[in-house]
Amino acid sequence: MGTSEQHAKGGLAVRNLGFTYGAKTALRDISLTVPAGRFCALLGPNGAGKSTLVSLLTRLLVAPAGDIHIAGHDLRTRSRRALGKLGVVFQQPTLDLNLTVRQNMSYFAALHGLPRSEVPGRIDAALDRLDMRARGDERARNLNGGHRRRMELARALLHDPAVLLLDEPTVGLDAAARQAITAHVHDLADQGLCVLWTTHLTDEVRDADALLVLHQGEIIADGTAGEIRGETSLKDWFLARTGPVPA
Amino acid sequence: MSGFWGVTRAIVGREFLRFIHQRERFVAALVRPLVWLLIFAAGFRAALGLSIIPPYQTYITYETYIVPGLCAMVLLFNGMQSSLSLVYDREMGSMRLLLTSPFPRWWLLFCRLFGATAISILQVYAFLGIAALFGITMPGWGYVTVLPGLILGGLMLGALGLVLSSFITQLENFAGVMNFVIFPMFFLSSALYPLWKMAESSPLLRDICALNPFTYVVELIRFLLYLQINWQALAWVAISTLVLGLIAVWGYDPARGLMKRKG
Repeated sequence: MGTSEQHAKGGLAVRNLGFTYGAKTALRDISLTVPAGRFCALLGPNGAGKSTLVSLLTRLLVAPAGDIHIAGHDLRTRSRRALGKLGVVFQQPTLDLNLTVRQNMSYFAALHGLPRSEVPGRIDAALDRLDMRARGDERARNLNGGHRRRMELARALLHDPAVLLLDEPTVGLDAAARQAITAHVHDLADQGLCVLWTTHLTDEVRDADALLVLHQGEIIADGTAGEIRGETSLKDWFLARTGPVPA
Repeated sequence: MSGFWGVTRAIVGREFLRFIHQRERFVAALVRPLVWLLIFAAGFRAALGLSIIPPYQTYITYETYIVPGLCAMVLLFNGMQSSLSLVYDREMGSMRLLLTSPFPRWWLLFCRLFGATAISILQVYAFLGIAALFGITMPGWGYVTVLPGLILGGLMLGALGLVLSSFITQLENFAGVMNFVIFPMFFLSSALYPLWKMAESSPLLRDICALNPFTYVVELIRFLLYLQINWQALAWVAISTLVLGLIAVWGYDPARGLMKRKG
């Protein structure tokens, strides 16, 4: 993958990004590009810097150096436009459990400034996309872990983002729910969305996916998963380079 | 602009829904000042003699004297409660959802502050209503004229809560901080006794009370309840609100890295 913002006009481009927590370096000179219509897995063991990168991409943190472009908008100088093109599913649950699915989504729609008249239609469309419409009037508390994640995914698509960022979205899900979410997000990439999916689980990455491997704050591999792993399994390749981690 | 208004409506609406789902919080917020009013004040009525001081034009009972302080107490506890829920939100993740909205962060924080203040004011009026049922009443128009003071005082104490929440990293640390904020602020103010009374026992304590912004929230409310304006109190509260608001915006500045410590 290249690093030109032009290349990722509808996608995500990061250039020379670095970040430190006091004396500890969390990310060192990170550059990456994910074009529209691509599923890119960001694989890294715990502590590799994935969460820091997600915080920088969502502007929860601001890096002293480096650039981030989301759908062509500079996050530093045009943060409002850039964040308006970004859909995020955080690792931590962000639902208000006392509210219904629809109320949670309406709240999000308002936070993104969507016109009030469009909101019900958009919520229906997003719920349909995830096959969740029947659960729309249930309280989030009554949904199981897999459905809550699906709801968060539906919500992240509500404002029609160009870039979808998912931070270890399968944490805490059973095997079937993991598989369903992973497959669905691959479909979204096939439909033209730029997807960055962070994980430490190698079995969520397909051979055709773009793959970035983050280790100790640096990108140590950048290419297609099948090319990177070669003849060995991705799990073995990953373990050999990053040390033993849970699969 | 419609987007800004939509964000305001959503954040304030969510505060109300959260409040409705926590009815025990409403009851607790009412019981606290009522205990002070109906038990503490009744007990101290005989012990604490009060002379006629502005805004009062006649002798008043001790219960009447402490009503403005207890209104401010409701605002203070709610400001801290809101701050606690902000720390909780940050630990739980819903703060991330709020802060990744494309709208300016200062506006998002202001909406949150405004929502919390609106709920505080509802509770103050409920408290004033119950006090009136027990015969502790204010001039009729005072219930209307006090509203701007309640809004400003609520915003100031809410901003204080925001500042605290930006510096408190974990929920567990909250109780300790509260003890160091709520009790000194409340007791070192004119909520329970006038400053001249404090000066009789300790001029130093009186001076400390005179530097406590909470004293001026109490006095602002006290005067407005009697259809008067205490300009000094108004200036103190307005400036404190502004300063605390600016510190809160700085505390939540992404370049400073609020989320740094939480990863």
